Amino acid sequence: MFDLLLFTTFFKIGLFTIGGGYAMIPMIQQSVLAHGWMTVTDMIDFIAISESTPGPFAVNIATFIGMTRGGISGALAATLGVVLPSFIIILLIARFFLKFQDNTWVKAVLTGVRPAVVGLIASAALSIFVVNIFHGVSLEGLLASHTLPAVNWRGLIIVAAILVIARWKPKLHPIFLILISGALGVVLHLALPFLN
Amino acid sequence: MKNNLRIKKCITLFLTFMKIGAFTFGGGYAMIPLIQRETVEHHHWVTDSDILDLLAIAEATPGVIAVNSATFIGYRVAGFFGALVATLGVVLPSFVTISILSLFIMQYKQIKWLTWVFDGIRAGVVVLIVNAVIKIKHQCAKDKFNSIIMILAFSAAAFINMDVILILIAAAAAGVVRQMLLLKKVSKGGGDGNV
Repeated sequence: MFDLLLFTTFFKIGLFTIGGGYAMIPMIQQSVLAHGWMTVTDMIDFIAISESTPGPFAVNIATFIGMTRGGISGALAATLGVVLPSFIIILLIARFFLKFQDNTWVKAVLTGVRPAVVGLIASAALSIFVVNIFHGVSLEGLLASHTLPAVNWRGLIIVAAILVIARWKPKLHPIFLILISGALGVVLHLALPFLN
Repeated sequence: MKNNLRIKKCITLFLTFMKIGAFTFGGGYAMIPLIQRETVEHHHWVTDSDILDLLAIAEATPGVIAVNSATFIGYRVAGFFGALVATLGVVLPSFVTISILSLFIMQYKQIKWLTWVFDGIRAGVVVLIVNAVIKIKHQCAKDKFNSIIMILAFSAAAFINMDVILILIAAAAAGVVRQMLLLKKVSKGGGDGNV
């Protein structure tokens, strides 16, 4: 029965959060705290840990709460719950899309939406860049503050290095670049411990 | 024969999305470069313009972006079962990692060199996302309309924190208005006999 509660709770989270990723945090926080499945501190710790484990945050926290509260069956129920709404909705849209993608008006909508998506992803990249380079200060916070926050020099060096490598060897698989970034993180910490 | 081909395709889909799931750190956007490389450049399952449509759909619908992408591309490649195996594949690495980690999660936080590794990855991933955006951007012709929409959407999201759904609705409306103007021009041009 408890598995069912886990399933329905995470199904609701999956169904009612638009935009994915960190847009889901407020909704997750609300329902997880309401059920007493996690404390606020645990939640903040878990967000940090989730940054260092593969996969989407929503799936990670569903699996974690399911596992700690209800074992393997709980983990399965919660994860299935959070994934199912996306799966069903996208299946419906993908079918519709294949049928209507040559329709003049669907095409018209897409001509407007496509460049907007490029702009949106670029803005997401900028936010991620700012959070990393200014030690967790958000883009909003940066724009509102009058002084330049402390700079994460190690992060900046890594960004520059990956930029150069990606230009130099454009065929290199992104996975290699991710591994190089991780290695550089360790090397720079050991070689330049005085940098912040 | 046909069935065999489909099974093969599903296995490749599953493995590809498992790889994507295993190497995505720090949220859905970090997945875009991997999806682009694997599904467009490596397997030629979809095009860059499909990725743009998919991202628009993923942004505008509920749920996890990674799952949305896997389901959409899986369906395009091999129908319902394609969607199923791709989604399973993308979720599995998270599920396994977290299940194991949940047993000793609070110790995990204290392994210092691991936090260094992920500090590095978080910084490097920014470059990967930007590269993927640049590649995908080539799908939009270099004209005034596209440039204006791109800049407006970027500014609205980055500087005034406007809701993504509102931005997408406004962009869709701009596309429809442009089409209406084009149709008007064509019919007018036809009526006058000179364009």
